[in-house]
Amino acid sequence: MPLEMLVLKDVSKVFNPCTQDEKVALNSLNLSVKDGDFVTIIGSNGAGKSTLLNCVAGTYRPDGGSVIIDGRDITKSPEHRRARYLARVFQDPTLGTAAAMTIEENLSLAELRGRKRGLGPGVTKKRRARYREVLKVLELGLEDRLRDRVGLLSGGQRQSLALLMTTLSLPRLLLLDEHTAALDPRTADKVMTLTDHVVEENRLTTLMVTHNMNQALKHGNRMIMLHQGQVRMDVSGEEKQKLTVREVVAKFGTTLKDETLLSAG
Amino acid sequence: MFFEGVLPITLEQGLGYALVALGIALTFRVLAFPDLTVDGSFPLGGAVCARLIVEGVDPGLASACGMGAGFVAGCLTGVLNTKLKINSLLAGILMMTILYSVNLRIMGRSNIPLLTEPTIFTPMEQMSVDRAIPVIIFFLAVVAVVKLACDYFLHTEYGMALRATGDNEQMIRSLGVDTDKATILGLGISNALVALSGTLIAQDQGFADAGMGIGMIVAGLASIIIGEGLLKPKSVFRLTLAAVLGSVVYRLIIVLGLRMGLAPTDLKLATGLMVVLALGIPSLKRGKSSGKIHMRGV
Repeated sequence: MPLEMLVLKDVSKVFNPCTQDEKVALNSLNLSVKDGDFVTIIGSNGAGKSTLLNCVAGTYRPDGGSVIIDGRDITKSPEHRRARYLARVFQDPTLGTAAAMTIEENLSLAELRGRKRGLGPGVTKKRRARYREVLKVLELGLEDRLRDRVGLLSGGQRQSLALLMTTLSLPRLLLLDEHTAALDPRTADKVMTLTDHVVEENRLTTLMVTHNMNQALKHGNRMIMLHQGQVRMDVSGEEKQKLTVREVVAKFGTTLKDETLLSAG
Repeated sequence: MFFEGVLPITLEQGLGYALVALGIALTFRVLAFPDLTVDGSFPLGGAVCARLIVEGVDPGLASACGMGAGFVAGCLTGVLNTKLKINSLLAGILMMTILYSVNLRIMGRSNIPLLTEPTIFTPMEQMSVDRAIPVIIFFLAVVAVVKLACDYFLHTEYGMALRATGDNEQMIRSLGVDTDKATILGLGISNALVALSGTLIAQDQGFADAGMGIGMIVAGLASIIIGEGLLKPKSVFRLTLAAVLGSVVYRLIIVLGLRMGLAPTDLKLATGLMVVLALGIPSLKRGKSSGKIHMRGV
């Protein structure tokens, strides 16, 4: 197994090229992430955080450069082909689950991520028993509500479920796209605790985009800051552990925009 | 007697057209794709079936071919939408319009009578009982099998991916499903059911006609709205049941309307107004647009 789980080589993405609205979202960005790394990604609005995740996930195709996961160049694979390697939790809790379908059906959809889907029953007795077990981790009582529609759940419950769904079939890479930003602070804390638990237990290589600098410093073993489509700061290990919000702000106060500072408060 | 013969004709028509309602439920409700191909794929089924029967093909096989033609037509609408990025409503209208010419080509004229030809109903007509009884039983069996097959399919691994495509396309794509393919296949299956209904109705009424599909969408939608009003479906099983039940109740309303003196030429006007009211009243009541013709997922 190669040491590098994810390598981005000179990845560029320009929106609306050659128009007045031209916006360089990623500017020959280079990044390599080791197997087992939990990388938090910060940066002001428009720094390229979301574009970065979208280029890895395949929602956008980069204009230049290459995306390599576990030694495979997937730059040109469409989104649904990358699902074998990636799992993703979105910012919007309604995006990660199918509202009109039941909890057990959602879990089954996720368990088959990236695999061939056949004409056998989607939810079997065996699968249902497994889902009941794994749902207990959430301590939300969902294990007794397997046949409830997901639309009946709260945003926090749906986000917790979405997170759990990523682990039913382990991905090489977990992408978290500001997955706590839409939740109230208490629920956000709970979901982050669950995130740490899930990542640690499965030793998942993880990229987490966040607006909250405290969160970025507290979680993960490496933090990068994006600015104007490039990696501007990259700290890991002890250096990251010692780092404080104040220091980051002192160093990069001018490049970080207001809301990042606010949410760091 | 006012009600004389109402029941058999209601059941015969309601069940005969129930597959149209099932097909429309698959697209409008499950896939959240407002597919208008139906007005073309229904007569397509009838046209293919009638032409083949006239050419001497076995009626059962001719019906299957009609169904297959509907599948292809539905898939093509899906290709127009997903690959050529044509708006879903327009893709359906284009296919419906194209099929009008195709149907005339297939039939070689605008109408093929089948009264003297063998159909799948011929053996039933030779029975000593009233023709309506075996025909209704046959329709009931076909509809039951198709409904249960839909229920089963929509709970399979792939069927669930199809439902998720209608419910949350972004999510299911991130889980590795080619949603273009799912949409194309879903439209194919839906229009196969619609075309199958076209083959059955053509053989039952004794002719295929280029105009037999006009207003089929609206009638099917009316059926679904009625069925949903009665059953408030929150599961696949009840949704498909609502489509079948709605189709029968819709035909009952039509039959009674005709008996009360409604001119047959005003049927489409009446059906259209029915759908307008059903979709529009909730919007007026709540002051917001809830009268969507398609809902996300089931």
